[in-house]
Amino acid sequence: MTDPVPAIELKGISKAFGPVQANKDISIRVMPGTIHGIIGENGAGKSTLMSILYGFYKADAGEVFISGKKTEIPDSQAAISAGIGMVFQHFKLVQNFTVLENVILGAEDGGLLRPSLAKARGTLKKLAEEYELSVDPDALVENLSVGHQQRVEILKALYRQADILILDEPTGVLTPAEADHLFRILDNLRAEGKTIILITHKLREIMEITDTVSVMRRGKMTATVKTSETSPEDLAELMVGRKVLLRVDKTPAKPGAKLLEVTDLHLWDENGVERLKGVSLDLRAGEVLGLAGVSGNGQSELLEVLGGYATATGSVRVNGKEIALSGRDCTGQARRAIGIGHVPEDRQHEGLILPYTAWENACFGYHRDPSYQSGILMNNAAIREDAKGKMERFDVRPPNPNLAARNFSGGNQQKIVLAREIERNPDILLIGQPTRGVDIGAIEFIHQQIIRLRDEGKAILLVSVELDEIFSLSDRIAVMFDGQIMGVRDAAKTDQRELGLMMAGITGDGTTDAAKAAQHG
Amino acid sequence: MDKMPAWADAFLVPLISLILAALLSALVILAIGESPTEALKLMVEGALMRSAGWGYTLYYATNFIFTGLAVSVAFHARMFNIGGEGQATLGGLGVALVCLYLPWPHWSLALIGASLGAAAFGALWALIPAWLQAKRGSHIVITTIMFNFIAAALLNYVLVNLLKPAGAMDPASATFPDATHLPTFQQMFSTADNPLFRGAPANISFFLALIACVAVWLLIWRTRLGYEIRALGHSESAARYAGISPVRIIVIAMLISGGLSGLMAVNTTMGESERLLMNATEGAGFIGIAVALMGRNHPFGVLLAALLFGFLYQGGAELALWTSIPRELIVVIQALVILFTGALDNMVRMPLERLFLLLRRTPKGPAE
Repeated sequence: MTDPVPAIELKGISKAFGPVQANKDISIRVMPGTIHGIIGENGAGKSTLMSILYGFYKADAGEVFISGKKTEIPDSQAAISAGIGMVFQHFKLVQNFTVLENVILGAEDGGLLRPSLAKARGTLKKLAEEYELSVDPDALVENLSVGHQQRVEILKALYRQADILILDEPTGVLTPAEADHLFRILDNLRAEGKTIILITHKLREIMEITDTVSVMRRGKMTATVKTSETSPEDLAELMVGRKVLLRVDKTPAKPGAKLLEVTDLHLWDENGVERLKGVSLDLRAGEVLGLAGVSGNGQSELLEVLGGYATATGSVRVNGKEIALSGRDCTGQARRAIGIGHVPEDRQHEGLILPYTAWENACFGYHRDPSYQSGILMNNAAIREDAKGKMERFDVRPPNPNLAARNFSGGNQQKIVLAREIERNPDILLIGQPTRGVDIGAIEFIHQQIIRLRDEGKAILLVSVELDEIFSLSDRIAVMFDGQIMGVRDAAKTDQRELGLMMAGITGDGTTDAAKAAQHG
Repeated sequence: MDKMPAWADAFLVPLISLILAALLSALVILAIGESPTEALKLMVEGALMRSAGWGYTLYYATNFIFTGLAVSVAFHARMFNIGGEGQATLGGLGVALVCLYLPWPHWSLALIGASLGAAAFGALWALIPAWLQAKRGSHIVITTIMFNFIAAALLNYVLVNLLKPAGAMDPASATFPDATHLPTFQQMFSTADNPLFRGAPANISFFLALIACVAVWLLIWRTRLGYEIRALGHSESAARYAGISPVRIIVIAMLISGGLSGLMAVNTTMGESERLLMNATEGAGFIGIAVALMGRNHPFGVLLAALLFGFLYQGGAELALWTSIPRELIVVIQALVILFTGALDNMVRMPLERLFLLLRRTPKGPAE
């Protein structure tokens, strides 16, 4: 073979947002028919680079070559006609259109829809057979599972004859089984000669599917290596710039008294949909109970109920005492008063007020504490001083309490929330997605804090969609599916496969019916 | 940290917007064949060069401070209170009832009583929309606008059928007793050989407005309630997480907002007309929205913006008096100021932000 022409070649791409250099002198070559991974921490510049490639941003400097031809990409139309397709992390689908209608949207052949739809139906059938991409073309998108919606996004790109497919964090919302299927699809696409760029922060996926991998750190490309010649440890070090512990060191748990008993919890949302269907679990002092599951299966609702800002029926006992699940005494304030701390799943919309300064956030939820008051006014000096100490102890960078929360990186925002909740010394700590959007360096720190708290005899309920995280922190693992607990397993006696099946609603004994499973559990 | 320094955001942006509005107004005045420089001179002379002019400017400004603060407080809770007009109308009713039916020995006590009455009536008028918003999700903009009309109709009924002295022709209450007359600036600051503020309506309620500015500042940035109001305004989901009841905060913020609107009536009804008139608010409730927008919902900004609009009102009145520029054009000029400082804010802000970024980068050389 004579020197093949790369499908995509970027030369010296630079892009600055104000004083922030998001991409600096980036060059990569992606060969046709390969899967190229791009890995890096949050804010390393991966998304910016892909947005430049897809025409959302204009690079300050640098050139793009598609199949050896220099190409200008001023907008996404140009990217599409250059054969680039993009599957975003958050899908861009019209929920109440059918699959077919979504696929032709923006690529109609004329003023009348019928011929376009007919043509698309044929093409879709062919694509489905070729790549294991089967989706019912007449189903409404809102009725599809997340995995299927993603397939529609891929089909959209293929229908526009994309030869180069960019996928941005595609597995974040998928069950392990769905992720496996996605990787099979990607395999098939590679075999057909398509070029795929996979953006992710999950080292395991990189190792599993990519041919080559580029590592980005602080806007620069630090390395491009063949996947077969590297290891997760090396990649992590390249991402962070120092050695990282990928596993948490911990001793076996010494569970104590039952601190939290949840029995038969039911919750209906405002549309009358039952989101919690009789959830029961218990939590002991000195243990981490991991709650695994694909997001949207009731974990968020469970946290909200326990955190005191959603109403439910059933029974929750804290230290043997019944707590209110509705009415006046069901508030976040009441929960804090009995020693329940809560690091919410969504720190940007719940855990923090982004325009508030770090010190204002460091007392958020505890702002009625008498030590923060002076007469009828708030004692801002005391709160600021308090925040400063917390930020130092939790290594928040920069350690400036007067900075607005939105100016901190994801990891440091999370440390502010953790510091606030942990330093209140709660008996029970609810933690939702502790490391979502957090860089590897901070993940290490956050995991250590959680284990430290466990060893101090606190009860910790950990909700995470990252199975790896659940495994490395939990002592027991409960799996949630469709508003129910599918089962609880000892972390040492289960594996990803078993949990993966449970997350898809299939219990160990082969029962597929979730309702039946609930009766067992 | 990012974008531009706070002083530029707070002062430079409104200033440039104001200059743009002034330039456009100048073009409009030119187009109808008058001299813009003459017009400006007349406005400045009429509103700022004589103490009587100041007396009018400050009188108008007092109204705008109250209504501007009202909009600001509600806005910190992400409520858009368009009902300042109706709440001020009801505030006037409160003032009138307190002044007419309670025997007051001295104006200072009457001022306290009337302020309480005005605030209570204004607050109650805001309570129903607030409750509907908090409990039922009825949009506050719609309900408060509707309540403006209801307030006007209600006042009409009360004046014509209940408060109008027998035999009087105009729909107005009886004049308040002498003991309730507030000291005007003329009475307060004039001396025998140096008469000041002659005939101008500005009165002691201007100082009440200044106190309200300080009180609102303390409330919003120094109290727990203010902390919770702002928290709710920034993020309802975060407020719920923290255990802050949105219903409670919405209702309280709107009560305070309505109370502040109501207080405006102390200036107009008790300080100036000394009886309750139809339409005493003269649109000040709506100007309050522009004042709050321009003042960035900060009491100090509201004070400055209220002074500016006071100047525009008084200067505009002078123009209409001395030139052939029609009164409607004054409204056009005021509208241009609102348009540029409020609605077109980003038009000035964005280029300015870019300019500051450019300035910052050049002296340091290329960024690291």
